[in-house]
Amino acid sequence: MGWIGETVDSIKSIQIRQALTQAVSLGMIVTSALIIWKALMCITGSESPVVVVLSGSMEPGFKRGDILFLHMSKDPIRAGEIVVFNVDGREIPIVHRVIKVHERQDTGEVDVLTKGDNNYGDDRLLYANGQLWLQRHHIMGRAVGFLPYVGWVTIIMTEKPIIKYILIGALGLLVITSKD
Amino acid sequence: MHSFGYRANALLTLSVTILAIMCAMASFSDNFNSPSPSASVEVLNINRLQKLSNGDDEVSLTLNISADLQSLFTWNTKQVFVFVAAEYESTKNSFNQVSLWDGIIPSREHAKFWIRTTNKYRLTDQGANLRGKDFNLTLHWHVMPKTGKMFADKIVMTGYRLPEEYR
Repeated sequence: MGWIGETVDSIKSIQIRQALTQAVSLGMIVTSALIIWKALMCITGSESPVVVVLSGSMEPGFKRGDILFLHMSKDPIRAGEIVVFNVDGREIPIVHRVIKVHERQDTGEVDVLTKGDNNYGDDRLLYANGQLWLQRHHIMGRAVGFLPYVGWVTIIMTEKPIIKYILIGALGLLVITSKD
Repeated sequence: MHSFGYRANALLTLSVTILAIMCAMASFSDNFNSPSPSASVEVLNINRLQKLSNGDDEVSLTLNISADLQSLFTWNTKQVFVFVAAEYESTKNSFNQVSLWDGIIPSREHAKFWIRTTNKYRLTDQGANLRGKDFNLTLHWHVMPKTGKMFADKIVMTGYRLPEEYR
């Protein structure tokens, strides 16, 4: 009787230990991803260091699904730069090129007008009602680097949530069943 | 240890790593290219210099732009975005930069060009400071790579002046 009880106990303890290691390793994966993201935020100075291009307004330079790396420095914004900006009343940030810059003499404030390379006209139609210029605080960062196609992963996941759940489920199953 | 999942994982990791290294190397190789582009912009005519109803000055000009940007192209170059901007200082603004014309050069074969054009975007000042204004015309280029870091530079051309009177 004592022998059986011992065995059961040992099996139980092993399972608990295993479950704990798995939980810890899963936690490590999640937290390290978070650390990398936050570190990128610190280095680039932009609140979202990587953005996915969602529209074709910058074609043929940037296509849908391409990834841009952003940088936000104190340098003044100049024409030709590709900036990512938020417009009041719009949730999704826009990636377009600066075509006009007016920098104020006294305050140093800056008025910026943008346009998509593939669009016919400038962006005043996209701005909030009556807004003629972007100011510094609208701009989240300027694009410095470029990686093609990688963003399709996130586009597919946001547009077909089923795939996301299947992927998460499969990964979770893998973590649970894997024996190192 | 040598299960299907393990091997698939190893294969995926290796291929992604190699791809990332190749992209990084392609982008890094751009640094070895030291381009020597040339450009000249000529103002053929000031078609119009007028005050708009809101009090701002507006100019319309005809430009003759010629440039040779062939040396910017490397094997990692997808396209070159080129534009000519008018840059000037005014009493209100310490720096004004207005794009007048832009274009996309898809390949080295198209990188030596000349074009005669009126300004594609309106050259309006914030205020009425354009009469007799000295300004620079700057040809900027932004190299968009197939992958990696983007490059930009410019050629500044000075000594342009707008007429003293509205016309």
